Amino acid sequence: MKPLLKVSNVSRDFIKSLDLVAKFLNRLGQDHREEIVHAVDDVSFEVFNGEVVGIVGESGCGKSTLGKMVAGILPPTAGQVHFDSANKSEGATPDDLKTQMIFQDPFSSLNPRKKVIDILTEAPVHHGLIKASEKREFALDMLNRVGLDSSALGRYPHQFSGGQRQRIGIARALAVSPELLVCDESIAALDVSIQAQVLNLFVKLKQDYDLTYLFISHDIGVIEHISDRVIVMYLGRIVETAPIEAFVKQPNHPYTKALLEGVPRLEIGHRNYEPVSGEIPSPLDPPTGCHFHPRCKHSSERCKAVRPALVEITPDHFSACHLNDSE
Amino acid sequence: MAPILDVRNLQTHFFTKGGVLKAVDGVSFEIGAGEIVGLVGESGSGKSITGFSILGLVDAPGRIVGGEILFKGKDLKTLPVAEMQKMRGSSIAMIFQDPMMTLNPVLRIETQMIEAIQTHDSSVSKDEARQRSRDALGLVGISSPEERMRAYPHQFSGGMRQRVSIAIAMLNRPDLIIADEPTTALDVTIQGQVIHEMQKLCKKTKTALLWITHDLAVVAGISSRICVMYAGRIVEQGPNEALIGSPMHPYTNGLLGSVPSQNRRGEPLQQIEGIVPSLLDLPPGCAFENRCSHAVDACSQSAPDEMVMADQRILRCFNRVGQDQT
Repeated sequence: MKPLLKVSNVSRDFIKSLDLVAKFLNRLGQDHREEIVHAVDDVSFEVFNGEVVGIVGESGCGKSTLGKMVAGILPPTAGQVHFDSANKSEGATPDDLKTQMIFQDPFSSLNPRKKVIDILTEAPVHHGLIKASEKREFALDMLNRVGLDSSALGRYPHQFSGGQRQRIGIARALAVSPELLVCDESIAALDVSIQAQVLNLFVKLKQDYDLTYLFISHDIGVIEHISDRVIVMYLGRIVETAPIEAFVKQPNHPYTKALLEGVPRLEIGHRNYEPVSGEIPSPLDPPTGCHFHPRCKHSSERCKAVRPALVEITPDHFSACHLNDSE
Repeated sequence: MAPILDVRNLQTHFFTKGGVLKAVDGVSFEIGAGEIVGLVGESGSGKSITGFSILGLVDAPGRIVGGEILFKGKDLKTLPVAEMQKMRGSSIAMIFQDPMMTLNPVLRIETQMIEAIQTHDSSVSKDEARQRSRDALGLVGISSPEERMRAYPHQFSGGMRQRVSIAIAMLNRPDLIIADEPTTALDVTIQGQVIHEMQKLCKKTKTALLWITHDLAVVAGISSRICVMYAGRIVEQGPNEALIGSPMHPYTNGLLGSVPSQNRRGEPLQQIEGIVPSLLDLPPGCAFENRCSHAVDACSQSAPDEMVMADQRILRCFNRVGQDQT
C-alpha cells in the first residue's frame, strides 16, 4: 500500500543571525557564532490513508514544527514532505489543499473581524471550489457537520465559547475537502467536558468523511484514546514509533516509559510519583549522542557518544535506543 | 482533631454592571493538618476565587459577602488588614499557576527569598535567612542551590521556576498552602517531579495543602479528599477512592467519563452536552439541570441543599447517579 504522506529525512533549523554589534566585534577578532536550533532533526515517517497517527512529546521536542512542515506552512531546511492523494478523480481539490491544519488556540486562529459565513467560505471561493452565490448553503452544510446551526452564520468569533470556536476552526479546515488533518494541540485549550465533545467530533468526522489525522498533543491520555499509531519525539528526533497496543503495553524506549509513568491516571488513583530526574535540555545546546542520556537510568558511554538509529524491534515497532543492540 | 482550615458557607460575589455574579456561592470544606484536598472544576466554576477568598485577595468589584473562613479557629474574614498581611506568606502561602508572574524578574532568587523571610521575622539575620533559603531550594530538588540562588528567574526553566515558588512558599513553614493550578503549565515528566516534591513535603512537614486544578487525574493521584465545583458550588465532595470509584453527582460522573482512558480506547467518550451557564444568569434550580441526564422536575424549581451521605460524602443533588429513577 502506498502511504498518503511520506516524510523523508526532514530537518528544520532556526537560525538566529548575528546582530550588527556581533558582526562588528567579529571583524575585530572576537568569535561570535550564529545560534542554531535544530527544531526537527532528520525525521522520517509515513502515514497511511484512514490512519490516526499521534505525535507526542514535551515542549521543545519539535512536534509543532513538524506539524507545520507537513501542513506546508513552514518549508523544511532539508528533506522532503511528499503527499500522495488517494482521490485523484477529475475536479477533486488540488493536492496542496488536501492537508489542512487545526490550531491550538481557537481565540487567535479565527479572524475576529469576519463573520462565520465568510470565515468558512473564503478559501473554497478563492480556490474556485464553490461559486459566491452558493456561500450560504455551503457554510450551513459545514456548520451542520460540526454540530452548529444556522444561527452561527452571521455572528463573529467573539460571540462563541471556546468549544464552539474550535468547531468553527474544524469546519473551516473541512471546507476545502481535505484528506489529511494536522491537529496541533487542538483540544488542549478546552475544558475537560468540552474536550470530550470535540474529541468525539473528531472521531465521528473521521468515519463520515474518510479522513486521516496527524494528531499532535502532549496529553498522552488523548493520544492513547484516538491514535492507531504513536510517534514519540524528544528534542527534535523520533525516539520511538509504535502501534498503539505496543505503545501502551510494551514501550521500548526509556523516555517513552518515563512519559507513560508520569501521566496521572484515574484508574490508578492514589499513588506515589517516582518521576524521571532532570530537566529537558535546551534545544540550543542538545546533549551529544542520544539526546536522552543525561536523564536516562540505563545510559552508558556509548549513549553519550553515538546517536542511536531508529531500528525495527518488532514489526511496525521502531525504537532508537542502544539497549536494543546489546541483547 | 480540629481542622487547620474550615471554610463554612463561603460566598464571594462580584458586583458588575451586568448584575451580581455569584462566583462562589455557599462553599464549605475542611482541611486537616498534613492533608491534601483537591478542588476540581472547569473554567468559571469559582475554584480559583475560592482560593483567593481564603487569602483575602479578592479585588473590587468582588467582595466576600457571607460565610466564615476559620483558620486554626480564627475567622480570616474579620481579621484587620495588617494582621492578614502578616498571615500571608507565613502561616498561609500560595503557589500560582505561572511562576514567571509571581517571581520578580529583576531580583536574584536569593534576594527574593531572603526578603520573604525577613519581612515576616526581622530578627533573622541575613546569613541565617540565606542558609534557610538554600536548604529550602535543596528540599525541592534543585541541584547546587548555592550557585542557583545567585541566578535570576529568567535563567530557570518553567519547572525549575515552579520549584523556586514552592520553595518560597515553604520558607516560613506555613500550616496551609493553597496551590492554584501549580502544574498545569508544566510538561508531563516535570509535572511528575513537582507533584512528587509536594507529596513528600506535605508528608514531612505536616503542611495542609489545597490543590486547585481542572485535572481530575492529577488530584486523584495525590489528594485524600476531592471537592468538585460547578457554577460556584461544591456539588460533590468526598474521600478520593469513593468519589472516583462511584461518583454520585451526574456532573462528577460526566467529568470522569470525559477523561480519555486506555480502558475505553476508540469508543466515543461519554460527553456532557452543552456548556457551562453564565454565572450572571443562573437558573433558579440546580445550575447543572440543563446539561444533566438525570434531571427530574424538582431540579428546575429549587437548588438542592448539601446532604451528608453514608461514606462521608457531601452531595448536592436530588436524583443522584445509581439511585432508582423516580
